[in-house]
Amino acid sequence: MPSSASDHAAPGPAASGPAGPRPAPDLAVVGAGPAGLAAAVTAAGLGLRVVLLDAGERPGGQYYRHPAPGLGADRPEALHHGWAAFASREAALRAHEEAGRITYLPAHHVWTVVPDGPAWTLHAVAGPEEAAATLRARAVLLATGSYERQLPFPGWTLPGVVGAGGAQAMLKSGLVLPGKRVVVAGSGPLLLAVAGSLAAAGARVPAVVEAAAYGGYVGHVPALLRNPGKLAEAATYGSALLRRHIRLLTRHAVTAAHGTDRVEAVTVARLDRDWRPVPGTARRIPCDALAVGHGLVPQLELATGLGCATRRSADGAAALALDAEQRTSVPGIWSAGETGGVGGAQLALLEGEIAARAVAGRPVPAALAGRRARLRAFAEAMGAAHRPGAGWTDWLREDTDVCRCEEVPAGRIREAVADLGARDARTVKLLTRAGMGWCQGRMCGPAVAALAGEDPAPDRRPLSCPVPLRHLAELPPADG
Amino acid sequence: MSRTPRTLVGGGPSATYVLRFDGRELTAQAGQSIAAVLWGAGILAWRTTRERGAPRGAFCGIGSCYDCLVTVNGRPNQRACLVPARPGDTVTTQEGTGHAELGV
Repeated sequence: MPSSASDHAAPGPAASGPAGPRPAPDLAVVGAGPAGLAAAVTAAGLGLRVVLLDAGERPGGQYYRHPAPGLGADRPEALHHGWAAFASREAALRAHEEAGRITYLPAHHVWTVVPDGPAWTLHAVAGPEEAAATLRARAVLLATGSYERQLPFPGWTLPGVVGAGGAQAMLKSGLVLPGKRVVVAGSGPLLLAVAGSLAAAGARVPAVVEAAAYGGYVGHVPALLRNPGKLAEAATYGSALLRRHIRLLTRHAVTAAHGTDRVEAVTVARLDRDWRPVPGTARRIPCDALAVGHGLVPQLELATGLGCATRRSADGAAALALDAEQRTSVPGIWSAGETGGVGGAQLALLEGEIAARAVAGRPVPAALAGRRARLRAFAEAMGAAHRPGAGWTDWLREDTDVCRCEEVPAGRIREAVADLGARDARTVKLLTRAGMGWCQGRMCGPAVAALAGEDPAPDRRPLSCPVPLRHLAELPPADG
Repeated sequence: MSRTPRTLVGGGPSATYVLRFDGRELTAQAGQSIAAVLWGAGILAWRTTRERGAPRGAFCGIGSCYDCLVTVNGRPNQRACLVPARPGDTVTTQEGTGHAELGV
């Protein structure tokens, strides 16, 4: 939905205006995906005054991403799993907005949160005009979600090679496909959902190529058995693949994409236990697009900027350390959903609700706490099963770009590590510029860390999106 | 094979309009991003990189990767996957930083 500049010219609801400062709302929720949306409506239902800020134009985040009303989709739910859970929360959001309990600010990208006496100040860039928006709140709930983890391979910068989540996002919001014959590859349960929806929307999917072996779940049978809903979901995706005659190759990877102006074929190879390609197993699959991704990584820059403690989740990614009521280590800052470790929409909805109750000072019912524990255990089992094996770096040639923005090839990164003594992604960045471009290491960060021989460090980006210099110039001087 | 995203979700756009892309006229459906309009026309690359002039288009689809940068109505460095297409938009491919005219 296009918004005019005037929609965004007004500062946030708690900003000082000619009438003087109004009281800060009780809670600012950053992110209107499953966790943030559930949190906002739950908190408003408990009597809190809530501001919900979201970078997107419509609520739902990436999981419930859906076409703009102008696209006139009669059945947006056809591209979704569990749409009713979203529809009910969206209806609640609109009712709370109507009643003045929630101020919903779409197209607001929060770039930093700073302490402000007993409250917090949030700075956002609003709308296509990139207007400055500033507001205060007494508590903050970070529901900033995740983005896709990419592991580079030769040819991954060719047009037609797109993120698996990216293909899904473009389909859900724009009703478009990247090609007619789309190989889906990488690791994690998202691949099954992506393949299913691409095929349902008319693409041919020659294969789903999964680097992990589903046998990885066997060590976690109790976590599986305690989550019958998750097993049913997996069965739904599995049977959709069978129905559409899509091959699922486990313990295989796309190790190269081929083509000149765009992808024309991919090489698929069998992997050993450490994800090293097994010699002699490579074969080509013709295709005109490749949707690839290796699971999701929590998006943490606002939280780490505030000093929130992190933990290492089972898939090797950094996630926020949260207590049973979704508190971060910084008093007054809560978080829910993928930021606490990637676990899916059901868990995010539940955690949003738990966080909102905690912010409102309400006890968390035992049933909710139990469900959270079960789903978290499942998420950890899933993360462990799909954690990238160390041998994936064998896919790289010396001239394979690892950093897409700055076009830094693997050879230069290896040189920084082997010859120049870099032992972490930060030092590699200083020596090679890997991670220094537009995306600020979001695409290459996990890969660079692996090449430097470490687990990825938590996000450290002082600004979570590009901010016009004039906004920085207009900030009041910091105390002290 | 007649299945399409549209047959899956039903309905139809409230409006369609023309978007000009490097001199070509493309049909946009109300509510689509610029990247979606380009994909819909079978165009997957609309930028060249600063160092090697390599072709790039939408990759992450959610605004994280900045690979889909494009010039919209003369304004460079817009993320095509986030910017809604509007009637009369002129979209041009972007070379390098998009600031070539500034000589920086």
